[in-house]
Amino acid sequence: MNNETMQMERDFDFEIVMGLEVHVELHTKSKIFCGCTTEFGGDQNTHVCPVCLGLPGVLPVLNKQVVDYAMKAGLALNCEIAEFSKFDRKNYFYPDLPKAYQVSQYDLPIAKDGYLDIEVGGNPKRIGITRVHMEEDAGKLVHGGAANLAGAEYSMADYNRTGVPLIEIVSEPDIRSIEEAVAYLERLKAILEYTEVSDCKMEQGSLRCDANVSLRPWGQKEFGTKAELKNMNSFKALQRALEYEVERQAEILRDGGKILQETRMWDEAKGMTISLRSKEEAHDYRYFPEPDLVPLVISREWVDRVKATLPEMPHVRKERLVHTYGLPAYDAGIITGSKAMADYFDSACKAFGVDTPSGVEADDKAKERAKQISNYMMGELTRLLNASEFGYLNSPVTPENLVGLLQLLEAGTISTKIAKTVFEDMFATGKPAKAIVEEKGLVQISDEGAIASIVRDILTANPSVVADFKAGKEKAMGFLVGQAMKATKGKANPGLVNKLLKEELEKL
Amino acid sequence: MSLTKDEVQHVAMLARLELSDKEVEKYTTQLNDILGYAQRLQALDTANVPPTAHVFPLQNVMRDDCVDPSMAREKILANAPDEEDGFFRVPKIV
Amino acid sequence: MKLYTKKAHELHDLLVNKEISAAELVRAQAERIEAAEPKVQAFITRTLDDAMAQAAKVDAKIAAGEAIGPLEGIPMALKDNMCTDGVRTTCASKILHNFVPPYDATVVTKLKEAGAILMGKCNMDEFAMGSSTENSRFFATRNPWDIERVPGGSSGGSAAAVAAGQAVFTLGSDTGGSIRQPAAFCGVVGMKPTYGAVSRFGLVAFASSLDQIGPFTRDVRDNARVMNAIAGYDLKDSTSAPVDYPDYEALLGQSVKGWRIGLPKEYFGEGIDPEVKAVIEKAVKVLEGLGAEIGECSLPHTEYALPVYYLIAPAEASSNLARYDGVRYGYRSEEAPDLITMFKKTRAEGFGEEVKRRIMLGTYALSSGYYDAYYLKAQKVRTLIKGDFDQAYEKFDVLLSPTSPTVAFKFGDRTDNPLQMYLSDICTLSVNLAGIPALNINAGFANGLPVGLQLMGKAFDEAKLLQLAYAYEQATGCHSQTPDLGV
Repeated sequence: MNNETMQMERDFDFEIVMGLEVHVELHTKSKIFCGCTTEFGGDQNTHVCPVCLGLPGVLPVLNKQVVDYAMKAGLALNCEIAEFSKFDRKNYFYPDLPKAYQVSQYDLPIAKDGYLDIEVGGNPKRIGITRVHMEEDAGKLVHGGAANLAGAEYSMADYNRTGVPLIEIVSEPDIRSIEEAVAYLERLKAILEYTEVSDCKMEQGSLRCDANVSLRPWGQKEFGTKAELKNMNSFKALQRALEYEVERQAEILRDGGKILQETRMWDEAKGMTISLRSKEEAHDYRYFPEPDLVPLVISREWVDRVKATLPEMPHVRKERLVHTYGLPAYDAGIITGSKAMADYFDSACKAFGVDTPSGVEADDKAKERAKQISNYMMGELTRLLNASEFGYLNSPVTPENLVGLLQLLEAGTISTKIAKTVFEDMFATGKPAKAIVEEKGLVQISDEGAIASIVRDILTANPSVVADFKAGKEKAMGFLVGQAMKATKGKANPGLVNKLLKEELEKL
Repeated sequence: MSLTKDEVQHVAMLARLELSDKEVEKYTTQLNDILGYAQRLQALDTANVPPTAHVFPLQNVMRDDCVDPSMAREKILANAPDEEDGFFRVPKIV
Repeated sequence: MKLYTKKAHELHDLLVNKEISAAELVRAQAERIEAAEPKVQAFITRTLDDAMAQAAKVDAKIAAGEAIGPLEGIPMALKDNMCTDGVRTTCASKILHNFVPPYDATVVTKLKEAGAILMGKCNMDEFAMGSSTENSRFFATRNPWDIERVPGGSSGGSAAAVAAGQAVFTLGSDTGGSIRQPAAFCGVVGMKPTYGAVSRFGLVAFASSLDQIGPFTRDVRDNARVMNAIAGYDLKDSTSAPVDYPDYEALLGQSVKGWRIGLPKEYFGEGIDPEVKAVIEKAVKVLEGLGAEIGECSLPHTEYALPVYYLIAPAEASSNLARYDGVRYGYRSEEAPDLITMFKKTRAEGFGEEVKRRIMLGTYALSSGYYDAYYLKAQKVRTLIKGDFDQAYEKFDVLLSPTSPTVAFKFGDRTDNPLQMYLSDICTLSVNLAGIPALNINAGFANGLPVGLQLMGKAFDEAKLLQLAYAYEQATGCHSQTPDLGV
């Protein structure tokens, strides 16, 4: 037992065992088995045709892009791609499922046996991926006469989402803490965003997470009885639901009770998990091979073709930013945590003329510039983006415009302080830095004569402060610099102000 | 292998069919007859025989990812037993 | 002129030569339907208004001196399990009694393009499950040769309509013999094509891996002609076969000298009515006289076809028929206080006895713990059955057998015992399991009732079956007899 486990053992009386099942909507144009659009939203039942409505007599035809995307996700998760794969029917009745079966994959999924590396508290850990399989999404139910299912007088079905392609990614029960679960989902989301197979918008349901949770006494080999948690639609929900469920199970076990194997739903409003089990709902999906679809035989060449479309993965990219630009690992980790952010960084480097091939270490000047970009992104830009409806993909400040600002700074045209104000204006208006600086007359005053004259006026106006300085009070210097900046509305070159102040003070 | 009435009830539940007691009785007898007849398959050694799911050995039948127009909602809803505001309406679920 | 006994190719010539107009033909056809229907009861829905409008278009074309296609203006009907845009499609089930599809099946699109005129939708066993058309939820269709007897099934309405002169040709579907057996009982030509040769898109599924659409006609030439119109690759059906489809009609009339015809001994054993056997043996002599070489062969796994079929077909059906839940279309029970009751009542009231029996059987065969013993085992034995045919075709071009062990039976004869009813399919089931084509032609009569001869070919060898049947037909004139309905 290592130190970490011992620490956890002291914290909690059971070992947590979890596996996640993540459903991801693939970012195709059309549905998996028909030509209806996959676009989110739209009036109810307007993205529907006889095929996805499951009218009598219709037949499915597989969208090739779905296979390519599923394979790409599988490869990004280090999976083996099946040479032979097929679809099966999963039979169950529910009003959101028009055919009363879901076309899915049972015993021969497209990808299996992969892994994903996470880091929690600085410790790396590998989580196994059992399988990645393709399936069709179901429709949506709206409940009439109540906010949710229970208590509704009737329900209404909208089949726009029916047939939107999904992949289900099933992890091994390797997850041992809530932090690991969250880290796993974050990393998975980042990887999927990198591969661009999904937009991973949890708020729109394009990434949905279920969890199998069980507890066991420390040291026990056998798994405890698990509960399957559903309906966790955000990272916060995942965290809260797992915290609730772990404590719920722990309390039962502490009281000598038994955990029921059941499906439980996270109720965000109530802040608790609720059993969905019903005696009418005996699960027997009666899987059998889908006779309306023929098998997939996947050649090496096909796999290679898809592999060639894989982008640089987050961990590789992070290493590159550390090695090439000397970014701190923490900063590089944050930047590469999202593909959009990492792409922004690379575009900015290019605009700043410091893009450097992988494996080459940039020179000091380039490193300095990259660091400037990184600092602005991690600070101001992220802060403003988080407070807005924008993201790195559609940031009002483009990478080119950010570099425009950094160039003005580097040339001494504006001060660091002015730059902050200019940046806020850029964010609000989308204009380039130069235009804002010119419009508002924010160009830094670097005329020595002009600044010297201002400095002299300030010294004359503040004899007592000058006396303090002479008496050795270094702080007085700061006040005088402040006065000079104030007099120039912040436009004076701070370096020059300092230099001239010192010169003038010495003259006194 | 013989099917009991309880199993027939369970199968009816899976298939969402409400059966009267008389029907349960009848189906229990008839399904046992048919399944009894099917028992003769067990006499065949099929250990090394692959299953046939499709008689014609097609593979990789796919279409390109192109959007086709969906169907007008009036047509989609035309056969609905119950509808409301563009939705299919169903009785309360629980 | 008794138009209702004429074949499509004869009517085409009459249209082209302006001896009749399409409007006259359609009107005569409608009158014949009207006259025969009280006795035969072949139609669930009739589409006369649309038909007259269609006929007017064909006549305008002829009047303008334009050429018309080989099926243009020809009145036809469809089994009521093929979706027709705007025309009710019921599968003879209460659960779809009011269903009006918003789209056409691929075969319907093709026949519309060919200019054939839809007269109506034909009766059938509910969801194509049955061998007598007694399982229709609406009414039973009668055999035009003896209205005390069944027309066969499940495509009984389609077969009877052609025999009774109520349509020049019809389409049926065949999952275990549902085209060939009623064709045999009604004395018409019925083709079950190779699996994948005719698109299933728009055919309401019974057992997806077995279902095929095919034509009923009064002679072999017509059959080839309709096959030309409906066979072919379809992008909408993933199991459609991307192969070259020949011009079946153009290939008719060739010599069958030297063709090797195999008689599978398992199809001539016990259970075959001696009178049926005698008619078939006579037919074999005719083919021998035409120069064909006759030999015996064996399909050793034949005895397993019935149990394999009655596991695979209900299993697929149990899933295919799950969508009839009262939510989106079709029947919904009045008694629907909550969802689960609505599901169970809707399905209990909407489906008939045989359909429920097969849903139960199929659900059980797929359920947890039984899949390997039943469904998977059946799929493996299916491989062996297919293998039997592959071996037989190494030595023979075509296999020949009776289509049904008996002639048409009387109503109610077999309804009490489902297993007994299933046994009437033993000559036809294996063909669906093997996916190969088979053709029924009338071989002659036993006690005034038609006896069907089944020709089975290699996959995509429909042309050969049609050529052989054509040679037989030319030699015997067996297609010239029609039942006398007294109307």
